[in-house]
Amino acid sequence: MKIEILGVGCPKCKQLTANAEAAVKELNIQAEIGKVTDIDKITEYGVMMTPALAIDGTVVSAGKVLSKDDIKKLISK
Amino acid sequence: MAENNCMCQEAGVLIFPCSGGSDVGELSDSVARKMAKCGQAKMFCLAGIGAHIPGMIESAKAAKKLIAIDGCQVLCSKKILEHAGFTPISFNLKDLGFEKGRTKVDDETIEKAATKISGGKGEETANRNSGGCCGN
Repeated sequence: MKIEILGVGCPKCKQLTANAEAAVKELNIQAEIGKVTDIDKITEYGVMMTPALAIDGTVVSAGKVLSKDDIKKLISK
Repeated sequence: MAENNCMCQEAGVLIFPCSGGSDVGELSDSVARKMAKCGQAKMFCLAGIGAHIPGMIESAKAAKKLIAIDGCQVLCSKKILEHAGFTPISFNLKDLGFEKGRTKVDDETIEKAATKISGGKGEETANRNSGGCCGN
């Protein structure tokens, strides 16, 4: 599984990254967590509001700092 | 990091004109751009919603309110948004007195339409209390 955090690196993006890392750790799964900070690349995903979260290339949330539990639910879908 | 380019600001109110091929379609687009320029709402891509681009859909979900501006009674913008699961505040320019095929799209008409939209449901379209626009 590949999880990407889309955002230029502001505190909200960092918090979402931390929450995603915590979610992966608690679920005890193998997942690569990457960051997409380039605005052009973020726009290619169609994201207009950051931070955003993509799982395996599909944006599942934008404009929100999802909690660890929210992310766990999305990963488990 | 480039926080100046941050896209983390509050989504607020997003505006979706139908941008159709007719005079009133053009007016919907122009009035939306004017309202966006004035800070009353943020212009958004209706085509991206129609194409079900996940990033666009999720970005729209982050908004406080969505406004659909349609040029005529076909209500394409409203219907596209509803089809994607949203419930927009809907404006039909025909109901505001702009007739398809008989509307000249100029600064005066754009201003008039913007005033009617932001004044008609002003509390829903913007944070500001004024029914008009910035005059730019």
